[in-house]
Amino acid sequence: MADLLSSRNLRRALPWVVIVVVALVLPAVLPPFRLNLLGRFLSLGIVALGIDLIWGYTGMLSLGQGIFFALGAYALGMYLQLSSLEPGQLPEFFSLYGVKSLPAFWQPFTSPLFTFFAIWVIPALVAGVLGYLVFRNRIKGVYFSILTQAALLVFFNFFNGQQKLINGTNGLKTDTARLFGLLVGSDAMQRHLFWLTVVLVIAAWFLCRWLTRGRFGDALVAIRDDEPRLRFTGYNPTAYKTVVFAVAGALAGISGALYTVQSGIVSPQYMAVPFSIEMVIWVAVGGRGTLIGAVLGAVLINYAKSLVSEQLPETWLFIQGGLFLLVVTALPDGLVGWWRQGGPGRLIAMVGVPPKAATYPSLDLDPEVQAEHSDIDTTPRGGAS
Amino acid sequence: MRKTSLRLLGGATALATSLSLVACGGGDKASGDFDGEVKVGILHSRSGTMAISENTVAEAELMAIDEINAKGGVKIDGKKLKIVPVEEDGASDWPTFAEKAKKLIDQDQVSVVFGGWTSASRKAMLPVFEAKDHFLFYPIQYEGQECSKNIFYSGAAPNQQAEPAVDWLLKNKGKDFFLVGSDYVYPRTANTIMKEQLKASGGKVVGEDYLPLGNTEVAPIIAKIKQALPNGGVIVNTLNGDSNVAFFKQMKAAGITPANGYSIMSFSIAEEEIAAIGPEYLEGTYAAWNYFQSLDTPASKKFTADFKAKYGDKRVTNDPAEAAYMMVYLWAAAAEKANSVDDNKVREALVGVSFDAPEGKVTVQPNHHVEKLVLIGEVQKDGMFKILENKGFVKPVAWNQYVPETKGYTCDWTQNRPDAGKYKM
Amino acid sequence: MDLLYDTLFNGLAIGSVLVLAALGLAVVFGLMGVINMAHGELMMLGAYTTFVVQNIFKAVLPEALFPVYILVAIPLAFAVSGLVGLLLEKTVIRRLYGRPLETLLATWGVSLILQQFVRSVSSAFAIGLLLAVVGGLLVPRLTPKQWWQQRWTPLLGTGSWIVSGLIGIVVASLLGGQRVLDQPWFSARNIDVTAPVWLRGSIDVGAVNMPAARLFIIALTVVALVAVGWFLQKSVWGMRIRAVTQNRPMSDCLGIPTEKVDALTFLIGSGLAGVAGVAVTLLGSVGPNLGGNYIVDCFMVVVLGGVGKLAGTVLAALGIGVLSYIVGSGSLLLVWPAMPAGLNELITFFATTSMAKVLVFAVIVVFLQIRPAGLFPQKGRMVEA
Repeated sequence: MADLLSSRNLRRALPWVVIVVVALVLPAVLPPFRLNLLGRFLSLGIVALGIDLIWGYTGMLSLGQGIFFALGAYALGMYLQLSSLEPGQLPEFFSLYGVKSLPAFWQPFTSPLFTFFAIWVIPALVAGVLGYLVFRNRIKGVYFSILTQAALLVFFNFFNGQQKLINGTNGLKTDTARLFGLLVGSDAMQRHLFWLTVVLVIAAWFLCRWLTRGRFGDALVAIRDDEPRLRFTGYNPTAYKTVVFAVAGALAGISGALYTVQSGIVSPQYMAVPFSIEMVIWVAVGGRGTLIGAVLGAVLINYAKSLVSEQLPETWLFIQGGLFLLVVTALPDGLVGWWRQGGPGRLIAMVGVPPKAATYPSLDLDPEVQAEHSDIDTTPRGGAS
Repeated sequence: MRKTSLRLLGGATALATSLSLVACGGGDKASGDFDGEVKVGILHSRSGTMAISENTVAEAELMAIDEINAKGGVKIDGKKLKIVPVEEDGASDWPTFAEKAKKLIDQDQVSVVFGGWTSASRKAMLPVFEAKDHFLFYPIQYEGQECSKNIFYSGAAPNQQAEPAVDWLLKNKGKDFFLVGSDYVYPRTANTIMKEQLKASGGKVVGEDYLPLGNTEVAPIIAKIKQALPNGGVIVNTLNGDSNVAFFKQMKAAGITPANGYSIMSFSIAEEEIAAIGPEYLEGTYAAWNYFQSLDTPASKKFTADFKAKYGDKRVTNDPAEAAYMMVYLWAAAAEKANSVDDNKVREALVGVSFDAPEGKVTVQPNHHVEKLVLIGEVQKDGMFKILENKGFVKPVAWNQYVPETKGYTCDWTQNRPDAGKYKM
Repeated sequence: MDLLYDTLFNGLAIGSVLVLAALGLAVVFGLMGVINMAHGELMMLGAYTTFVVQNIFKAVLPEALFPVYILVAIPLAFAVSGLVGLLLEKTVIRRLYGRPLETLLATWGVSLILQQFVRSVSSAFAIGLLLAVVGGLLVPRLTPKQWWQQRWTPLLGTGSWIVSGLIGIVVASLLGGQRVLDQPWFSARNIDVTAPVWLRGSIDVGAVNMPAARLFIIALTVVALVAVGWFLQKSVWGMRIRAVTQNRPMSDCLGIPTEKVDALTFLIGSGLAGVAGVAVTLLGSVGPNLGGNYIVDCFMVVVLGGVGKLAGTVLAALGIGVLSYIVGSGSLLLVWPAMPAGLNELITFFATTSMAKVLVFAVIVVFLQIRPAGLFPQKGRMVEA
């Protein structure tokens, strides 16, 4: 019995307990609205996983994940627009702008199979091409961040301005479409989508774990910590970066598609500049370089946002701004990193319960020694820049 | 350890400071004897770009609710029900509007939602209200081409604002039109309608251009206007928000002013926007609305005086605020007529309900719009409008009769037919 | 020919705003490798300073003096934005040197806080904030020294800030009951900054119509450029700044106070943002969101111009200005009315302000394929160069 409850076993079992609770208990307990919120935030966890891959592991800060998120979202949105129409009919908004026939690039989206692939292949391709052009020239660091942000703005302007092609600012609505015979906005369908999201989050987590362990993962971390050295050892960082950026793009696309069907609309707002930066902060708060942290951060922050904006909407920006500052100054490894490095223990130690001594007790409690100890203890952070 | 703690301390400092920036507004409890409560949702952007405009609308709605409560609330079955507003923030983000609408309906179980400003936000909420068969009251002039069973429109349809304004311009100001708008659905659709109207009535569109929302560099547009209208002409402006300021400041600098023969008609500039842009830039330009603060009737004066008393002396009233104010009263009247706050019963009772609004006596029409007073005004030095023409009350037309795709269609929710929202006359 | 002059003038006019806005950013980025996401908000503070100065002139000083208010606003805006920038450097950015991506996120957080600050600030709010800050600062002074050498000291520190923060909130909400104190100073609404009469007209030179406000901005840009150029090239501190820009460790070894240099550079960069803020009040709206309208364009200028040379910034800004004017106004169609139909359609497609942005970005990305480090790359032998 004692063995069962030992911290090691407990730690092993904990994720599964959480998964079971989330997947089985919550749908039964939560009211549909809250469940729907949770589903959406979980789907945002997938895009956060992608950001964790490129930022937490590879050290590239992309402020443009909204592009890929929205591309995946639009792919599914376009399919849903077409799927519930009689043959020969056009989505309603086209008639408002005097468009008589379906634009050519809409045609393939009548096919569910094509859409299934489009949701993640198109974002991956766009990310791959954009990434290749940028990485090839060894543009990185802040330059890379700015370029991704500019690209985001370009996509935003394009989607926003093209009423005739894609319904502009209004975006595409999905709630009244039908998927597998069910109304997308209905509670039953939303519950199915919630389960699908849970499954896909777990799948994405396994994918990322597989990628970050082993040689590929080591190469990514090496790029983050010292890219020239890796290059001199004969590796080609461009290829690694392009691939991982494309994978993050694909994850963002899937996340966008799931988010869309659960919120009922895809609009160019998904490509707004602040939203993409928020995505980064989810990862930062959860803990970059820890996969579970990315998902946790996405869910926690969005839940907090939703609660705060229900009570005191004006204060959300203060809190969000404070979070940005807090997380970069005080919690560089996020909540999960803090937890893993024994943060709670240290907090308890402050109120008087002595920590388990690793060395001679009196030394261990001496602040001077502690300071040095922590210098040695926290392994040099590979200045993820 | 000390190092990490110091970092923690620094971070906590940041958080504490940001928390301390949080100022709470105190809520005051209205007393009175009520027999119950009825919850209504108020869903406007209280943060973000649109907060500037939507705050006023939300304030007008809250004022109407307070007034109704002060008179004993909504009377159903002889019971006095207090209206309790549940406020939500749309955050100038369309998907957020959809999310919050769901929350108001499912979680708070409100009887009705008053909300929205931009057409994009309404279009985002529309499927939610249709899927849940609930009821949204929307207070802003909009582009028409929509007639939902689940939305009540208390703002102007195009034939109550844009069309009479274009007629007036054609008659008094000239035939060459340049259309400028923000790059989103209302200007695009409104301009489509105006182009058809001009084609039908002998005007000419010499150019049109769209500015991304929030963009402030209008030099290319000014160049286009100068090329298209070298010697003056009519400019119809459907820009929204911030861009207007840049537009008028730079137009003035480039000499495109009323003094030089340019007639500028705006559809999104009301008293509040004039104050923010500066009347010196707008003096002599025109606007078409259903209500101006300068409207000289007792109801209008009382509305403005009450608004100032409640929210401050410097504040002004405008058309969207008036429409928002009136729709709360119309809802209350419909609920009393239906003797229920259930949204379906209110919907049935709503058509035909009247209210003595600041603009005059308004009546709800079968297409879920309101018969409205059409006014054309000119901006004065003091930031108010001089009313140039009063076209009287005009019945709303949801499906536009100039646009070929919707010509001949109508909407009548009193008809018992599946396509009551859009059918051939 | 007139068209050429017209194009050149308007391109220059758009470009000079970009130069002025990006100048401070370029100086800071060149020296510290820090992209200040709050740069746009510092511009906003400059614009709000202009508003306050204007109101003081209107209310207090004789009317004859009103036309010069804008000249008074320029140094004041420089001072206000510069001091806020200095504060930002001393409190946040200093902790993050060598971690440019974290700086990016932290300054984004600051920008959110500044935006909401101008929306919410009222007398009650300001008093509450002041109390919270003073309380937080005073607790360590007023409590026994040995409290600050304990295990639980960090908790005490955090706790005292939380408590003083709460006191601030309580005081603010109590005072908020008073109508006078609760009035927001600026509110979320846009504010009205009116240009003096001499900046509202225009001058005709040949067939080119030159708005006075544009001429004023061009002149201001030239003055700012000359001043910055002179400062960097001729003054002692300018020399130090250049030295640190070229080689930070070596400068440090030679006794240049790099910390002071950093602070000074940041102050100047932020101050220039304030000056740019004064200039843009002549063109556009003044509101809490002002910064966001310019910031991405500024980034583009910095990326295109390269690091370390003012000439790069100027050339890049003017290039972007002329290009976006030519594309956005569709001038090409006038020069060559008989162009083939396909090309004509293409040009008309891009001849709106939204689409011009799309094209300009595409051109920048293509350009970076040829010159990855911008127009004037910094020469060096570093691996990373």
